[in-house]
Amino acid sequence: MVEQVVQWFRKLFGGETSSSVAKDRLRLVLLSDHLALAPDVIEALRRDLLDVISRYVEVDEAHSDVSFEHKEAGIAMLASIPILAMRAREPQPEPAADAAEACSSAEETSILEAVSPNGRSDNYGRRPRKRRRRKASGASQTAPAQ
Amino acid sequence: METQRLAAESVEAAPLPEAPQAPAAQADSQPKTRGRAIVVTSGKGGVGKTTTTANVGIALAARGARVVLIDADVGLRNLDLVLGLESRVRYHLLDVLEGRAELDDALIRDKRVPTLWLLAAAQNREKDDVETAAVQALIERLREAYDYVIVDSPAGIEMGFKNAIAGADEAIVVCTPEVAAVRDVDRVVGLLGNRVDVKLVVNRIRPALVRKGKMLSVDDVNSILRLPLLGVLGDAPDVIVATNRGEPVALDENAPIGAAYRAIAARIAGEDVPAPAAPDEPAGFLEKLGSLFGGRR
Repeated sequence: MVEQVVQWFRKLFGGETSSSVAKDRLRLVLLSDHLALAPDVIEALRRDLLDVISRYVEVDEAHSDVSFEHKEAGIAMLASIPILAMRAREPQPEPAADAAEACSSAEETSILEAVSPNGRSDNYGRRPRKRRRRKASGASQTAPAQ
Repeated sequence: METQRLAAESVEAAPLPEAPQAPAAQADSQPKTRGRAIVVTSGKGGVGKTTTTANVGIALAARGARVVLIDADVGLRNLDLVLGLESRVRYHLLDVLEGRAELDDALIRDKRVPTLWLLAAAQNREKDDVETAAVQALIERLREAYDYVIVDSPAGIEMGFKNAIAGADEAIVVCTPEVAAVRDVDRVVGLLGNRVDVKLVVNRIRPALVRKGKMLSVDDVNSILRLPLLGVLGDAPDVIVATNRGEPVALDENAPIGAAYRAIAARIAGEDVPAPAAPDEPAGFLEKLGSLFGGRR
């Protein structure tokens, strides 16, 4: 009871305790350590990303890169994948084929989500949407159109 | 597990020092189950590995188990000093591994708890002088005659650490509530791999600081490490006093920290001791009042 009151007052007067700062810093640095120690996982992630994206556009695999950046609030994954051209649109698929396609793409997504270093990472690496999009489109401008 | 056992068997034939059966094997005529090999490690230095090894070891022995402690911190021998056995060291680990001494002669038997033995580290040698396979073979042999073989690992993750963990299939990782210690334990746990059964001891907790938010709590530490918790030890002056005297605090019936070490020993032995709690240190009224009005946390 007393503890709860103390907690409540602490919240009221604000201010982060040094132990919670320590905990947050540790969480981040360990995630970054785990990523650095798992090059095979990163490579598998890069391959899977390329596989998925290649279904829609032609990409420059040799110049693609997946990296991680330490940000203040977390760790962000940056995928730089130059796009060479759009894939030719396939003729309108049959309804059955369409369902199969949807199914297989769902599988790919789940594989991507399963790739987390040591199973310990949480929700980091979800932020860099903007940057990724900008990079990708920049690359596509310089790439020769088909 | 299986591959490790195979590896241990295959080195048996190779550079095994010629030493006679340990005294226990002669006394015991009936077939024994294999003893347990436990390494105490942490990555970071100065978190209490040696103190933990000494006290957990002597507490297990005081329960009647036959325990050998091996100081694997070659070049920085200290376990003998913490146990108060420094004046009785004649031969050390490398003397045994290199055939200059019989295992029997190198094992120092404790006089307070006669089921405890110590194999000291070499003081005048380096960690790289130790052959991993030979240590592994020695531990295998000791397991035939003793209930527990507990290895005090050096700090770091280099050769000395690798030698220390080679023969163990259980590990006690000692962590203090500091960022550097937690990070190093995480690394060490990664290196221990799935082969080793790892348990955590959180050492030097100061409940008053934890309550004020000035120190990581046991839950904070273990929300990051996510290891089975074997014990929680307070930052107790009794440990310092006991170490000064070379009298392991685990034998002190009056010290709360001694009881905490004995509880760890009981858990290792498989006893269902209640979940380890943070040491009790009730907050005073002034402390509670003070914490309401801030200050550096």
